[in-house]
Amino acid sequence: MPEVRVVNVSKKFGKITAVDNVSLTVKDKEYFSLLGPSGCGKTTLLRLIAGLIQPDSGEIYIGDKLVTDVPPEDRDIGFVFQTFALFPHMTAWSNVTYGPKVKGFDVKEAQTIGDEVLEMVKLHERLDAYPSELSGGMMQRVAVARALASGSRLLLMDEPLGQLDAKVRNEIRYEIRRMAVDLGLTGIHVTHDQSEAMAISDRIAVMRRGKILQMGTPQELYMKPESIFVAHFIGESNFLEGYVTNSKIDGAPVVELRGGTRIQVPSAPFEERKRVVLSIRPETVIFEEGLQEGANVVSGKVERVTFEGPLIRYEIRLGNEDLVVAIKSSLSGEWLKIGEGARLFFPPENIHVFPYPDTGLKEEISVA
Amino acid sequence: MTEKIQKALDKLSSRKAIKYAVYASAIIIFFALILLPPVVGIFLKWDSIQYILNQPSLVNRALGAIQNSFIIALLVAVLDVIAGIPMAWLIARGKSRWLKAIDTLADIPFIIPTTALGYSLFLFWSGGESQTSGLSAIFGGSIITPGWLLVMLLHFTFSFPVVVRTLVGALLDYKVEFERASRTLGAPPFTAMRTVTFSVLRPAIISAFILAFARSVSETGATIVVSGAFENGPVFIQNMKTIYSVDNPALYDGAIVFASFILISVSVGIFVAIRLLGPRLKLPLKRVRPLTERKLSYKPAEKSRNTVTLIVFFSLILIPSLFVAFTAFQSLTTPTLGNALAGSGVWSGFWQSLLVSYGLGAIVTIINIIIGLPTAIIIARKKAGKFMSSIFDILVNIPLVVPSIALGVSLAIFWKSSLALPEIVLLIFAHLAITYPYFVRSMSAALERISPDMEEAARTLGAKPFGVFRTIIFPLTKYSMLSGAIMVFTRSVSETGATVAVIASNSPLQTAPVLLVNWIKKVAPATPSDIALASGFLVLFSFIILLTLRLVVGRKEKNK
Repeated sequence: MPEVRVVNVSKKFGKITAVDNVSLTVKDKEYFSLLGPSGCGKTTLLRLIAGLIQPDSGEIYIGDKLVTDVPPEDRDIGFVFQTFALFPHMTAWSNVTYGPKVKGFDVKEAQTIGDEVLEMVKLHERLDAYPSELSGGMMQRVAVARALASGSRLLLMDEPLGQLDAKVRNEIRYEIRRMAVDLGLTGIHVTHDQSEAMAISDRIAVMRRGKILQMGTPQELYMKPESIFVAHFIGESNFLEGYVTNSKIDGAPVVELRGGTRIQVPSAPFEERKRVVLSIRPETVIFEEGLQEGANVVSGKVERVTFEGPLIRYEIRLGNEDLVVAIKSSLSGEWLKIGEGARLFFPPENIHVFPYPDTGLKEEISVA
Repeated sequence: MTEKIQKALDKLSSRKAIKYAVYASAIIIFFALILLPPVVGIFLKWDSIQYILNQPSLVNRALGAIQNSFIIALLVAVLDVIAGIPMAWLIARGKSRWLKAIDTLADIPFIIPTTALGYSLFLFWSGGESQTSGLSAIFGGSIITPGWLLVMLLHFTFSFPVVVRTLVGALLDYKVEFERASRTLGAPPFTAMRTVTFSVLRPAIISAFILAFARSVSETGATIVVSGAFENGPVFIQNMKTIYSVDNPALYDGAIVFASFILISVSVGIFVAIRLLGPRLKLPLKRVRPLTERKLSYKPAEKSRNTVTLIVFFSLILIPSLFVAFTAFQSLTTPTLGNALAGSGVWSGFWQSLLVSYGLGAIVTIINIIIGLPTAIIIARKKAGKFMSSIFDILVNIPLVVPSIALGVSLAIFWKSSLALPEIVLLIFAHLAITYPYFVRSMSAALERISPDMEEAARTLGAKPFGVFRTIIFPLTKYSMLSGAIMVFTRSVSETGATVAVIASNSPLQTAPVLLVNWIKKVAPATPSDIALASGFLVLFSFIILLTLRLVVGRKEKNK
């Protein structure tokens, strides 16, 4: 039912283009996240879908209905605000039953709906309390209950967990996801937290500077990033600069790093001498004692060791001054110390090759 | 040199004793100078009430007049809020580029000294004495003769800007997110505004209502100009002065003590009742009529609402307020201008009265800033404990709701029977008492908007209390301070009731509004052309002073 389609939508605020010719389709019953750094246009896009602001151009469909010019109250949506926007002069209960009331339902019906949604969010206490008297987690539940009470099957959420403590946030994010799935809702969730988006979404759209860079399942985005920015923003990546050589090892193309180290890569659809950036996830770096010198093996010195509980994170300075992050299980063998030498192996199948960006690498991965 | 002084003050301010001394003296000054004299004074002449009680007809006249005061104030405040809400909405939310101009225009009736405003309305609606100017020129006679209707119109005119200003401020501070949330839950704009926005803004609406009510009960000068045979409380007191103050001082005292007592106690009673009951007054969303409210929400309804709002504003507020300027221009071509500039005839006292008015305004504004600042800090930062500070917050408003002529009467009795202060000091005290709440209120509201975190941050970085004020609080509240100061200044220049009550009828300290009332009331032989020109001057100078103030502050801001 509530499939959401955004077609070529643009929105400018003064000289800033907040949303730049964006198109996307969120399928019915899908839990979809808009992910990006602050200022990337994700909230603007969500507000455009809700009708809180009007696009400069493009069309928005909810279900089969063109809603571009429909005011928010007629779009049949549920919206959870980042600040929750609970009405301060109403109790939790009045907040929840507000939607049915303003739609002209009688008191009985409004009560029934209120009871139903409170059951869904598992909130039974403190319904007479005013928002200022509730904890963050409670306010969040009331906000979700209020949005659900509108009867809509489309739930739009603007950083719904942003105001909560880390522990509560981790609990509630799975709860929201479970509820959306149980109730068969279509959910659009805006967040800047990639781990949150990865944990709960069916699909994610990564946005930057008003554009969608890549859309896909969490696995696709992580395993097959289509741009340096996505490789950087989702998870963590090492970036090494080099150029494509004309030689091959076992039929595979070879990239020469600064300082002359040659790295075999799975494919490099670029002409020779082309400047490229290799992206390598820290957990794919193999880093064992007794590693022999050879193809894709580089050596360096340990510069920093960080204990992160289950993992140890090593920062290793290569001979060519590049810095590489590698992660190992903290259970595995002896730890290396700062200043010790280390050899690293980059398995070719886990290397992504991108053309060197015109604006420079630093600018390309900047989240501003 | 200034640096040395700053350092010395910084150092002094970190001493606890000094800090407490500043706050304690603010509290003492407030009680001794602002709150008590206007309330206690009448009890000092309580005995004189017997003289009026012997005259039942006069008692009835007083009660009737006082009743008129409150009925008119109530009607005016209700009308103000009804008309003010759409106007404030238009200014705060509208998108037209003309709104800025309208925003400025909405302040004009506030800037014009009320006596001049009253005369302007008198010319516009009643056609002046000859009944030939304003609308009379078109309709061949007075549209509205002086009387209760014209008084109501006048009060509506001068209290409207206060209401609009208060509501616009509240709307701009309001988190639009609440309204958006309501829209996403299915409420059309009108419903969202009714059930959410105006419920959240109820305190602002209540305080706008109180302000309009208090201004209406208080106003004296302009009301005398347009009241004709109609009497409300302040006009009654003024009439008693004219009739009895020389021939029968005992009866005069009795009459004004009697009238002032009732005016003050009823006003304070109403104020306390609104303050206590207002927040509990719930307008719950019992019923929503989706279809009707929908109709009221969208373009056609919005357009007609805005049109009506603007028509009301221009035809009832702006044009009548400025009409006197038109007549003043006409008199420029007559010998009146020459007389005025030469200061001959009735004009002999005019320039001095202007000087008294503006000088008094300036003195009162400066003293207010000095004694009002610590009070504002006490209220905003709860320096006197949570409970005492909020009691203080209510008390500060009392001078606002006490009718100014009654305040003046009581204050004059108090000081005359305790210390024989010169008239000028009495005048300053009276104006201080009346204007005190304006500065303290706008300053404490501004302070409340600044998070205490910021002060604490400055302290942790090594700033002494006075340094915090100088480098953090002052720059952030400068504009509220200016607007508070402007309010104090305009209110002082406008003030007639308390001035009349404090100074003798032949005093050389006549302020311009008092002089103007005398001209209009034929105490002095002034022609309509004289009066119009004098009103025109008052309007003009007030504008010039305000513009200069704004420019000076604006330029300083730019230089930074």
